[in-house]
Amino acid sequence: MEKRVVITGMGIYSCLGNNLEEVKKSLFEGKSGIVVDQKRIDIGYKSALTGFVEEPNLKPFLTRRQRISMGQPAKFAYMATREAVENAGLDIEYFDKNATGIIYGNDSTAQAVIEGVDKMRAKGDTQLIGSGSIFQSMNCTVNMNLSTIFKLKGMNITISAACASGSHSIGLGFLLIKQGLQERVICGGAQEVNEYAMGSFDALGAFSDRMNDPTKACRPFDSQRDGLVPSGGGATLILESLESAEKRGVPILAEVLGYGFSSNGDHISNPNLEGQISSLKMVLEQAKIDPSEIDYINAHATSTPVGDKYEAMAINKIFGSEVPVSSTKSMTGHECWMAGASEVIYSMLMMQNDFIAPNINYEKGDDDTSKINIINKTKQQTINTFLSNSFGFGGTNSSLIIKKFEK
Amino acid sequence: MTLEEVIKTTKEFLSEEFEVDPAEIKPENNLHKTLDLDSLDYVDLVVVIEENFGLKVTAEDFKDIQTFHDFYAYVLKKKGA
Repeated sequence: MEKRVVITGMGIYSCLGNNLEEVKKSLFEGKSGIVVDQKRIDIGYKSALTGFVEEPNLKPFLTRRQRISMGQPAKFAYMATREAVENAGLDIEYFDKNATGIIYGNDSTAQAVIEGVDKMRAKGDTQLIGSGSIFQSMNCTVNMNLSTIFKLKGMNITISAACASGSHSIGLGFLLIKQGLQERVICGGAQEVNEYAMGSFDALGAFSDRMNDPTKACRPFDSQRDGLVPSGGGATLILESLESAEKRGVPILAEVLGYGFSSNGDHISNPNLEGQISSLKMVLEQAKIDPSEIDYINAHATSTPVGDKYEAMAINKIFGSEVPVSSTKSMTGHECWMAGASEVIYSMLMMQNDFIAPNINYEKGDDDTSKINIINKTKQQTINTFLSNSFGFGGTNSSLIIKKFEK
Repeated sequence: MTLEEVIKTTKEFLSEEFEVDPAEIKPENNLHKTLDLDSLDYVDLVVVIEENFGLKVTAEDFKDIQTFHDFYAYVLKKKGA
């Protein structure tokens, strides 16, 4: 028999704040986390815009041996997971005795790789790279570090699915629990924020040029949008079977109703309408709900001319022109590998506090984006069910539907 | 380099790298136990010795080094060689 899957914990570390409370406030106020990074200008970026995320000091929490294996993605993910675990009423002792999985999204470790190779070249001796580099450099760095720190004994895999990584991690955690293979899975996404991580992305000319006005640069769906703004951090959710949550007697924050996915099988970077529609149809079918039951859509929209156009077309085709839509990337920038997880958390915070966070900088739509209901000012509204979209390079699509828990 | 300089430098960089009380780094104490070294830590030991003494050593060299006194003697011998 299939199990119901609920969310019992969340934690966030992003350019909107270092915890749930700070992030909730920023979302409500429509505050942007975007800045200009001088280091990016110095090494030749065309656009030096980025979300600003402070690197955490983990010395109070972790031993030297634990810290030395952690680069930025693992550090950000640790901070988010620490909060999520506490939020869910869990601890290391519980994990040690009760098998818990971890499926985490991450798709780069550029800083660790580059710094390791730089040392090797400078010293001419691999021995002098140090012991931490390998564990910082592998794409599964978050999984390796968090599973050992938190003593996790269930499924342990990394999801690398470009900008849909975080969303797929939740979807796959959902499927494992639904099928009864795991009682609990830590899901999430991490994204490094440093001058090494985004150079090759900047090379594509995909970033906004609006460096003279950083907080206005990211403007999803607006007719004057000119590209995305990279960002990052860490976002963690604790997914659990309903039975497990009830047995532990903890508050249930929401229920995951469905996971839709597809691959475009088309261009490596251009979006594709059929792929998005296929993912949306699948998630609605999985969730067994009608499109009219969706109270809010947290769009993937990154502020690129083509990407937002296609998403607006897909939303309009499936949901029509009434459902409220916003892209929180207008405030955060594109949190890439983390975005699918962080945006579920942002939407959860809205659902818990009865508001829709604004798609800031949306002033006027174009022929396609004006056909959907984009919320550009904070709106007080009850949300019972929301949908979160994530699309990535290579044409990987993921959609999730999450609902307030009802017994 | 004198013995005093080796002792002073060692105390500084090993206490910082391995986060131990500098007072615990004294000649008669066991280096491996004091620094609480696991198999991966020897890789970092090699790195900090190179950075601070300019010496290329290997993790295997530490099989014959038990106390900090042994280590000081080892550094002086390598520096003099």
